[in-house]
Amino acid sequence: MPELVITVARFGFLILLWIFVFTVVGVIRRDLFAGARSGRLVAAPRAVGASTQQQAAKPAKVKRGRAAHQLVVTAGQLAGTRITLGEAQITIGRAEDSTLVITDDYASARHARLVPRDGQWFVEDLGSTNGTYLDRAKVTGPTPVPLGVPIRIGRTSLELRP
Amino acid sequence: MTAAAHPVVSPVTTGERPGVRLARSRRNAELSLLVLAMVLVAAYGAIVEANLLDTVTRDFWMPAAALGLVFLGMHLVIRWLAPFADPALLPAVALLNGIGVGFLRRLDLGKAAPADRETLAIFAGTGGRQLAWTLAAVVLAAGLLVLMRDHRAVSRYAYTLGLAGIVLVMIPAVLPGRFSEINGAKLWIRVGGFSIQPGEFAKLALLVFFAYYLVRKREVLSLASRRILGIDFPRGRDLGPVLGVWMISLLVLVFEKDLGTSLLYFGMFVVTLYIATERVSWLLIGLVLFFGGAYLAYVLGGTVGGPFANFYTRAEIWLDPFAEPYDRGYQLVQGLLGLGSGGLFGSGPGAGEPLEIPEVQNDFIFAGIGEEIGLFGLTALLVVYLLIVERGLRAGLAVRDSFGKLVAGGLAFTLGLQVFVIVGGISKLIPLTGQTTPFLSAGGSSLMANWLLIAVLLRISDAARRPVAQGGGPAGRPGGGPPEQLHGAPTEVIRP
Repeated sequence: MPELVITVARFGFLILLWIFVFTVVGVIRRDLFAGARSGRLVAAPRAVGASTQQQAAKPAKVKRGRAAHQLVVTAGQLAGTRITLGEAQITIGRAEDSTLVITDDYASARHARLVPRDGQWFVEDLGSTNGTYLDRAKVTGPTPVPLGVPIRIGRTSLELRP
Repeated sequence: MTAAAHPVVSPVTTGERPGVRLARSRRNAELSLLVLAMVLVAAYGAIVEANLLDTVTRDFWMPAAALGLVFLGMHLVIRWLAPFADPALLPAVALLNGIGVGFLRRLDLGKAAPADRETLAIFAGTGGRQLAWTLAAVVLAAGLLVLMRDHRAVSRYAYTLGLAGIVLVMIPAVLPGRFSEINGAKLWIRVGGFSIQPGEFAKLALLVFFAYYLVRKREVLSLASRRILGIDFPRGRDLGPVLGVWMISLLVLVFEKDLGTSLLYFGMFVVTLYIATERVSWLLIGLVLFFGGAYLAYVLGGTVGGPFANFYTRAEIWLDPFAEPYDRGYQLVQGLLGLGSGGLFGSGPGAGEPLEIPEVQNDFIFAGIGEEIGLFGLTALLVVYLLIVERGLRAGLAVRDSFGKLVAGGLAFTLGLQVFVIVGGISKLIPLTGQTTPFLSAGGSSLMANWLLIAVLLRISDAARRPVAQGGGPAGRPGGGPPEQLHGAPTEVIRP
C-alpha cells in the first residue's frame, strides 16, 4: 500500500469520526431547540406565572362564554385563595416553584397540574404519593375538569369558577 | 357542566409542553446515523488491514457487516416497540462497540503470525469472541425491550432485584479463589472455561432497587429530617435499607479488592439520593466522605497495610509511575508512552504498538486505541460517551414519573462515572482502579450489562418522548378511562 493512501485514509477516518459526532449533535440539537421554543420544563415561579397569566387572560375570555377564569381554593389552609387562569399550566404542590404552593402534609412536592387545552382544563396527577381526586374519583390520567367540581389534594380542595 | 359541550381532547403532555413537535419519532435519523457508524467501523477495519497486511483483503467489511446486521435488527425492534426512543443512543453505542470489536481484531492480527493474518476468520480470537458477545448482548437488550413494555413495571420487582444484586455481588467473595480469582481480584464466577462478572449486572439491579426505594420514601426523606450543622439528615430508619444494601455491597467489594466498582456504587448511591431529594448537601457529603475515605485508606495502607495495601500501592504508582517503570508502574507507564507516541493524530489504526501495554484488550483499551487514533480521535470517542450520558440524563429530565427519572439519571451517571474512572486512571488523572471501558473492553459480562443499561435508557426515553395522544403511553390513559375509586387508593401517613 502506498504511504500516501494510508495517510489519507488515516486522516479521513478521523474526519469521518468527527462528522459522525457532529451529525449526532445535530440530531440532538433539534430536540433541544424544540424544548427551548416551548418554554420551561418546570412550572414558572409564582411571580413569573402571575404576569404571564394576566397577559394571556384576554384571548381565553374571547374564546368561551362559560370557560373557567379562576381557580379557587375552597378548603384547607389556603382556603379563599384565588388564581386567575390564563394559558399557562398551573402546577400544584409543596415545591417552592409550583404555581400554587400548598402547605398540606398530604401533598407531594409536585403533586398535580392543571393544563389548558382548547379552553378546557385538564387535571393530571404528577405521580403524587397520596393521589389527586376529582370529586370522589381518583385521577389516573389527564381528566377534564368541569366547573364547580372539587379537585381534592390531601385536605385541600380546589374548584374552577367562571 | 361544560365538559360535555366540548369534545374531549387529551392534552398533549409530552415531557415538554403542549404544541411541541416531539411527536416525530426520528427513527430515520437513527437509521442513517447507524449506517454512518457502520461505515466508520468498516473504514477502521480497512485501514487496520492496510497497515498490518499491506493490503486490504476482500473480506475486510465482514465484521462491520455482521455488526451492522445485528444493530439493524435492534433498530427494527426499537421501531416496533419503542418508536419514540432517543435516536442518538443506538448509533452512538453501535459506533463504540464497533470500534471496540475492530480494535480487538486488530490485536489478534498483531499477535498472529504474518502468514496467518490474511486468513483470520471473523469469529476467531478476542475480536471474534467480542463480536459473538455483541450479538448475544444485543439480542439480550432487544429481549429486555420486548419484556419490559413499561419501565414502571420493573418497580414491582424492586426488592427482588435488590436482593439479587446483593447475592450477585457476594457470590464471588464467598466462592473459593480458584473459582473466582483472576489477576488478584475476586469478582468472577468461573465455571469450566467460562467466566462471568456478576458485579456488572448487580449494578443494574441495585440501581433499580435504590430508585424504587427512594421514590417510595422521598416524601418522608425530605419531610422528616433532623438538622445537624445546617444540613438536613434523614432519619436512620428511613434510610436504613438503602444504607444497608450499599454497605454490604461496599464491604464485599473491598473484600474482593475491586476498588473501581466500589467507587462506582458509591457514586451511584450518592447521585440517586441527590436526584431524589434535590439537595446539594448530599453531593457535598458524598465528596467529603469519598475524599476523606480515600485519603484514610492511603494513610492506613502506608502504615497498617492489610486490606488497604492494594490501594496504597495504586496510589503510589499514580503519584510517580516512573519510579519503577519496569516493575509496578510498568502498565501505566506503557499506557502513557502509548498515548504520548500517538500524539495529536495518532499513528493510524494498525500502525501502533498497543501490544506493548499489558491488559490492553481490557482496562487499557483506551490507551491502545489512543495510540493509534491520537488525541483527536480519542476526544471524538469521549464526546460520543458524553452524548450517550447526556441523552440518558435528558430522558431522566423529560420522563414524567419519578421512578423513571431516578433510574435514567442514575444509569446515565453511572455510565459516565465509569468512563471517567477508567479514562482518568489510564491518563494518570486519578489512581488507576480496574474497570472495564463500557462497550470497548473485551468481555461479555460488561458488554451485556451495558447493553441492558442502554435498553433501559431506550425504554425510558421512549416513555419520555411519546405523546400522550398516541395512547398506551406510560403517561396514563388518555382522557380518563374508568377512574379508580377512593377506597382502593393507597395512603401513606407521615409521622414525624
